[in-house]
Amino acid sequence: MKLGILVNEGPYTHQASDTAYQFTKAALEKGHEIFRVFFYHDGVNNGTRLTVPPQDDRNLQQAWSELAEKHNLDLVVCIAAAQRRGILDEGEAKRHGKDASNIAPGFRISGLGQLVESGIVADRLVVFGD
Amino acid sequence: MSTLHTVNKSPFERSAFSSALNHLKPGDAVLMIEDGVVGARKGSAFAGLLESAAKSCAIYVLEPDLAARGMGETDVIQGANLVDYGGFVDLVTTHQRTQAWL
Amino acid sequence: MADDAQQQVKKSFMYVNRKAPYGTIYALEALEVVLISAAFEQDVSLAFLDDGVFQLVKGQNTAGIGMKNFSPTFKALGDYEIRQLYVERESLEERGLTSEDLMEITWEDEEDDYAKKPSIRIVSRMELTEVMAQQDVLLNF
Repeated sequence: MKLGILVNEGPYTHQASDTAYQFTKAALEKGHEIFRVFFYHDGVNNGTRLTVPPQDDRNLQQAWSELAEKHNLDLVVCIAAAQRRGILDEGEAKRHGKDASNIAPGFRISGLGQLVESGIVADRLVVFGD
Repeated sequence: MSTLHTVNKSPFERSAFSSALNHLKPGDAVLMIEDGVVGARKGSAFAGLLESAAKSCAIYVLEPDLAARGMGETDVIQGANLVDYGGFVDLVTTHQRTQAWL
Repeated sequence: MADDAQQQVKKSFMYVNRKAPYGTIYALEALEVVLISAAFEQDVSLAFLDDGVFQLVKGQNTAGIGMKNFSPTFKALGDYEIRQLYVERESLEERGLTSEDLMEITWEDEEDDYAKKPSIRIVSRMELTEVMAQQDVLLNF
């Protein structure tokens, strides 16, 4: 089955991203297709490569990036939510005159239409949030 | 045409649990995840509500979340079924839609 | 991209709002998704229950908190052909609210000489449960 995932919270403060990650991994192991993982609200904070969690803690951003690489996942960060919270790719950083970008490998920035499309194309949409 | 309802909040903290139970149809399923597993604890102030929901709906509890909070199979209300993340995936695919009570 | 998706299917989307505005960003950002979704020509409806009913209360004045009052956007939803706003009666009653406390939100019926028709439908908890159970996609904020 084709599944869409929506992650509405950032890493660490809430369990939402952890649960979404475990769910996504389990779905892939069962042979389902993940159409897209969309990060919205504070969920966009999962997509910064600048986090440095303690060594004995999980690195959630890295876990998502690795899962994306292994399974060719489409990890999409909402552009409007990302701009509010300082998540930028190179193009966005240039466009807004910022001196750095911070998007993590495997993530891309795009519009909210990608979330609506997930709802249309996927057989099921599962929401993780607070 | 049944719905899987996920509850990720403790009923002692937020209204997600009671809202979910208030919008169930017979044949729906409820899955307690994250802090929501607290609501499945037997003998708690909310156990009665969940037990009556269990008469017409299936109640599931995400076992890794239960274990993380120091509980297990014997700590939840009678009739609740424990699932792992793979079981969560199965519940999503076998129900028409998922409603996340955040 | 929108066109490709449209050709595949037309689905019913319900945006479920259960949180008051301003204390968290969920209400505002949910509304942003709703506006975008209009471009996809799906069957879109909104549900307001629990504290979400406060999103529709009239007379919101955010001058004192330094935040933008986004409640006027709800009144524009009709222009986006979003005309189904379900409000749960029990949630209103529990909070000491009545339909009189809500903004007037309308849409223009082209087939009826552009008559303004109400978009808000006050429904019982049981009726809302039925409507939710008919949706293809439920997005919860």
